[in-house]
Order: sequence, then structure tokens, then C-alpha cells
Amino acid sequence: MIYLTRRAEFSASHYYHNPALSPEENRRIFGKCNNPHGHGHNYTLEVTIAGEIDPATGMVLNIRDLKELLQSEVLDRMDHRFLNAEVPAFASRIPTTENISIEIWNLIAAKLTFGRLHRVRLYETPDLYVDYYGA
Amino acid sequence: MIDLTRRYRFAAAHRLHSRSLTAEENARIYGKCNNPYGHGHNYILDVTVAGPVDAATGMVFDVAKLDLVVRQSVLEPLDHAHLNLDVDRFQNLTPTTENLCMEIYGILSANLTHEPGKAFLKRVRLEETSSNYFEYEG
Repeated sequence: MIYLTRRAEFSASHYYHNPALSPEENRRIFGKCNNPHGHGHNYTLEVTIAGEIDPATGMVLNIRDLKELLQSEVLDRMDHRFLNAEVPAFASRIPTTENISIEIWNLIAAKLTFGRLHRVRLYETPDLYVDYYGA
Repeated sequence: MIDLTRRYRFAAAHRLHSRSLTAEENARIYGKCNNPYGHGHNYILDVTVAGPVDAATGMVFDVAKLDLVVRQSVLEPLDHAHLNLDVDRFQNLTPTTENLCMEIYGILSANLTHEPGKAFLKRVRLEETSSNYFEYEG
């Protein structure tokens, strides 16, 4: 078994707000992230695929296939978007880095035809990231 | 279950020296790190908490609260300190990065309240230099 990780970057804006909570509670819990005008990040995404090496190619997968998958499933949907308003999954879920990583996992897992999705790591800033392993 | 990792930095001095060893043994084992005047590092501390995503907040842990706990319990006592001289724990324990990593884990596990079904301290990763780091999971 070998693990291959591909990195991709996208920029997006978001804000944190739970309509079930009062404005005061939203401000207390989410602080500056509750600004309704939104704010943005340069996200760095690392997607790790596990698999066996194909003896014919010496590769666990064709990087080009993974690159295209990340482009169509993640970057085309999220890059330079306002996540709350433009990504359907976040109409009803707060686009925290935690929830974005789960959504990215689901988007990739639904279309992956090679290897096994092992981990989604998403950096919100160089000093903060989350890991999701699918459960 | 989500793992959330937050990165912090602090700078400190230390000297690797064991009282249970002779001067020659200390010099042989620790090399330059045994210099009695001490030396310093820019440490990079990665703290990982793991838990379910809270349905109301979408968060696994309040990062502002994590920052507060780490700042008060770890960064304020250690940043710009001489670990051997200024930190009680290292009066009789050599402040190798291994021991420092375990000490930070112990401090954080005591200061991060863990409620059932909520996030817990999973890992402390401590970089002494860009070429070596240590991880402790309790």
C-alpha cells in the first residue's frame, strides 16, 4: 500500500452564522467570523489516495486524473466563490473548515474511480488545518 | 470525527545535561548541546484536537478557546525562558525536546476540559528545528 498526496489551492470567502441562534449568540461563538459581509482565505487542500502500485506503470494512479478530479469537483465549485451563497451544501451548513473538508471528501469520494480516498487535509491558514478520514 | 491542528511558536533556551551522568559522559552524549551557557531554538508547536463536528456551530473545537489555553498554560511560561533555569519541571529533568513535548502534552491535557462526546487532545507535535520533531499522543 502506498499513499499519494496531491495539493491544490483555492481562494474563497465565507462567514459563520447559525440562523437558529440569536445575533448575540452568533457574535459570541463566532466572533469576527460572524461578519455577514464575509471574509476570505487562501485554502490549501491536500488529498491523499491510498492504493497499490500498478506493475505496468509503477504508479499508484495517474496524477493527471486526480488533478482533473480536484479541478472539476472542488476548484470549479469553490475557487473564488462566496461559500455560503454559492455552494449548495452550505445553504444549510456553516462553511467551517471542518464542514468544508467533509464536503470535499464527499465530492471526491462520489467520483473517485481509482485508489481509495484516505485523507482530506484542509489548511485555512498556514497555522490551522483539519484532517478528515471519512468517519 | 475531525482532527483540528493549530500551530504555535515560541523561542526558548536550554542545555542538555543530566546530573546522573559524569561531565565526560554528558559531553560525549549531548555534544554541543551540553554547552553550560545553553543555546536556543525557535520551537514550532502543533496541537491537534479530535472530535465530532458540533451540529450547531459546525466546529470541532473553539479555536479562540484553544488559543487562550495554549497561550496561558504553555506559551507564557515557556516563551523566551531558559527551560533549565526558569521552568520548575526541568530543574531535575533534562529539557530535551522529547521531555518538553511530553510536558506540554501533560499541561494541555490538564487544562483542556474534556466533556464526553466532545473533542479531546489527540497529539502534541514539537519541532525543535526544521530537521527534527517529536510527537506524543499520551
